[in-house]
Amino acid sequence: MSTTQHRPLQMPKPLAKQGGELDDRFHAAKGVRTLLRKVFPDHWTFLLGEIALYSFIILILTGIFLTLFFQPSMSEVVYHGSYTKLDGVRMSQAYASTLNISFDVRGGLLMRQIHHWAADVFLAAIICHLLRIFFTGAYRKPRETNWLIGLGMFTLGIFEGFLGYSMPDDLLSGTGVRIAEGVLLGIPVVGTYLSFFLFGGQFPGNEFVARFYIIHVLLIPGLLLALVSAHLFLMVHQKHTQMPGAGRTNNNVVGQPMYPYFAIKTGAFFFFVFGVLALLGTFAQINPIWQVGPYTPVAISAGSQPDFYMGFLEGSLRIFPNWTWDIGGHTIAWNVLIPALVILGFLFTVLGVWPFVERWATGDKSYHNVNQKPRNAPTRTGVGMAGVVFYGIMWLEGANDLIAVHLQIPLYTLTEVARYAVFIGPVIAFWITRRICIGLQRRDAAMLEHGVETGIIQQLPNGGFAEAERPVTPEEAAELIELPPPSVTEVRSDTDENGLPAPARRGLAGRVQARAHDYFVEGISLAPPANGHTNGHGTNGHGTNGHNGHGEVESGERAAIGSGPSGDRADDEA
Amino acid sequence: MSDNDADLEIGPEERRPHRVIGTPPPAAGILTDPGRGDGEDEAPAAEPWIPADNPDPVSAKNWERVAALLFTLSALASVGFVAAYVGLEIGNKNGDVVDATLRSNLALGTALSVAMLAIGIGMVIWVRYIMPPVEVSEARHPLASDPEDRAAFAETILEGAAASQLTKRPLLRRTLLAAVLPVAAAPLIVLRDLGPLPGTSLRSTVWKKGTRLTVYGSNQPITPADFNSPGAMITVIPEGYADNDEVLAKATVIIIKMEPGQLKIPTRYNDGVNGPHTLLNSMNWTVDNIVAYSKICTHVGCPAALYEQTTHKILCPCHQSTFDAETGATVLFGPAPRPLPQLPITVDAEGYLVAQSDFQEPVGPSFWERG
Ligand code: HEM
Ligand code: FES
Repeated sequence: MSTTQHRPLQMPKPLAKQGGELDDRFHAAKGVRTLLRKVFPDHWTFLLGEIALYSFIILILTGIFLTLFFQPSMSEVVYHGSYTKLDGVRMSQAYASTLNISFDVRGGLLMRQIHHWAADVFLAAIICHLLRIFFTGAYRKPRETNWLIGLGMFTLGIFEGFLGYSMPDDLLSGTGVRIAEGVLLGIPVVGTYLSFFLFGGQFPGNEFVARFYIIHVLLIPGLLLALVSAHLFLMVHQKHTQMPGAGRTNNNVVGQPMYPYFAIKTGAFFFFVFGVLALLGTFAQINPIWQVGPYTPVAISAGSQPDFYMGFLEGSLRIFPNWTWDIGGHTIAWNVLIPALVILGFLFTVLGVWPFVERWATGDKSYHNVNQKPRNAPTRTGVGMAGVVFYGIMWLEGANDLIAVHLQIPLYTLTEVARYAVFIGPVIAFWITRRICIGLQRRDAAMLEHGVETGIIQQLPNGGFAEAERPVTPEEAAELIELPPPSVTEVRSDTDENGLPAPARRGLAGRVQARAHDYFVEGISLAPPANGHTNGHGTNGHGTNGHNGHGEVESGERAAIGSGPSGDRADDEA
Repeated sequence: MSDNDADLEIGPEERRPHRVIGTPPPAAGILTDPGRGDGEDEAPAAEPWIPADNPDPVSAKNWERVAALLFTLSALASVGFVAAYVGLEIGNKNGDVVDATLRSNLALGTALSVAMLAIGIGMVIWVRYIMPPVEVSEARHPLASDPEDRAAFAETILEGAAASQLTKRPLLRRTLLAAVLPVAAAPLIVLRDLGPLPGTSLRSTVWKKGTRLTVYGSNQPITPADFNSPGAMITVIPEGYADNDEVLAKATVIIIKMEPGQLKIPTRYNDGVNGPHTLLNSMNWTVDNIVAYSKICTHVGCPAALYEQTTHKILCPCHQSTFDAETGATVLFGPAPRPLPQLPITVDAEGYLVAQSDFQEPVGPSFWERG
């Protein structure tokens, strides 16, 4: 503890004085210092959320620019602007002003293209971020709320993007709005009313651009800002999760401090995201609305594609069979209702309840601050991949005409295949993923036990060849070993001392939960070979680990958490 | 998942050099905040939490030059942005408007991209290679409050509830609820004037006996003789409504000319659940091998705009519903549930194609009251 090691740091007088004045008023020194020294862990996947955040900020910046020139009105004008190919054409003011932004405002096209690219990148980043959270189990206690907030932002983002896309009132966007009208009409009982209220009468009416506009520039951005703030506040308050690794436990955060490291890194990242979006806006043309002309319900431009985040809905509308019911003088449009609303609702419901389902099935009520590698939760990873395949098939079907042309497959065949694939594909994906995860776990376990293959082939004394192996380093081991959860799971998969089912497993509900539990926690135990801690979570409960094993598991876990305060709390709760 | 494989191979160079200060912290050289153990209220530690200088001053100096170069580049790019803004004309005064715009876009966008990326990359170099590398650890504090705090909280809530009297006075509680609920419902009421009620407006279009079919685009009426090339399809709209999008959104029609004998339209009635059976398709509704169908797809309303001459299939480009033009636009494939409604047509005294009546069923997508 030598203080001679470094020169004492001295705050310059004027700054000290200013700081003093501020602290006199805000009592900020201690709290802000804590914030400045807050530790942020580092992993490339943690950047996905930041991409979404910075795209959102860029959307606001470029969006404000666009509002200065865009006229959200469907009043008709006859165009006499710079783009002579549309000279004399009847169009809405919205479309005319979008032409003006593109051709008569310097930097206008750039802003439009950056805005549009930022919208796509925003949603793509959200989707990747969501998958990262899902596959590493980062939504587990105490972060379920942030998972739900994230889903809310995802949903709002999809709506926001659709509304923005619809505002220029060109032939492409109008077609999208028409499809939305068709979907609204398909809602039983209230559908026609919803549609008439949205459009101010029959489609297309004179209202929707102005209505979409105020929702697009005020309502949803406001909601998104509130949710982003809540999301970030909770993230700071509950602290980041971290990936498993040396020195990382459930009770610490390892990384770099906010000030100055993280602040500079994240600032750099803002400029980086802005730069990449500017590159896209410069070199990758997006939505050249002048090429398709103004909207008319009479015509359509062939090969039109929605933005990628709507492709899933588009595909689902394409593959669903044409079922409708006519009963009692009413039409129920299953062919629209199910693909557009039920399937979307299903997807978001599953995502929303997932953390709670997993919690119920595993009986795991403990805190989780260290993420899991996907392989260490084979069932979750399998379910996730099933979802990805389900979504992916729908999404690809949204471009089935392009795929059919490029791959020379008959269009109808493609759709027929997709109709089966959406059911079979996810099942296969689940099964294969689970197998792969368990295989990888075996490899990890073997590595812990036998060491790492070095790739160096050595000749053995007996003339044979073998690959040299070296033991895993402590750092490697730290990344391989699953941290035991700080509390013992309640739902046991096996029997009590008398060979009878454990109390939590009796009754129908108990048996269902117990089966789910076994399925969820099935896998290989990745225990550190040296000290003999058993991993209660990853342990395959069948047979191999009798109830005797449990005593060990429990004591092992207690030992592992040591004096960790969160572990004790978790037990209080359980 | 590829990140797993990456995780397994940690080269020594991938781990940041850790700086150990004072007594080495227990785990793998990570600095633990001496001022931030479990005892939150400790005074700031005497030694620095993070080191002041990079252990490798030579490399730091080199990287400093690179970062400085990038920051200078960014400043220059900003100047370039202003130059492009001022110097490059847009609009159609000098040649093609699209070319001028794309030129300006290229110059402005390149300058902006360089300006932003150079700052971003320069800052990354700054934090990674010029600043001293560091990895620190911070303790997490339990999120759950102490049991005493929880109990005190619950007590406060209960005290307040008791003082508010709401728990004891059901009359107060219920009338308050009765007063507040209507306020919550108010938006539903004040939003009523967003639009008119649908009524039966979706059931009919403006077509009526004698309305002329006019060609979309030229708005001219058409005679069967004008439209005499078999295999052709054109879009027609009711005369006088070329500028009315609400009308066109329902009343747009395609007419198709076939070779004699190719049209095999069955006489088809609806199921008659809601009153008398009405005729939905008829050969008598065609003129001279010309048949007229609604262009509004019965799936979700896109214009069914594609026509395959050889097979006589009408295709909706939105979700590929396919209709057979020969047999009354029956559905061959896709998500559309019903044939495209047929418009009864004939010729008027002057020989122009006209409607015999409106469509005999609602056009376009399904809706609840369609029946
Ligand atoms: C998550 C946030 C947002 C998303 C996903 C989004 C998405 C979009 C999209 C896809 C377009 C069509 C662009 C085109 O190709 O023309 C658009 C247009 C527009 N957006 Fe946004 N936007 C967002 C936020 C904002 C904000 C905050 C504002 C204003 C404060 C704004 C203002 C506008 C305006 C004025 C237009 C119409 C001009 C035009 O189309 O060129 N947007 N938006
Ligand atoms: S609108 Fe025609 S197929 Fe969907």
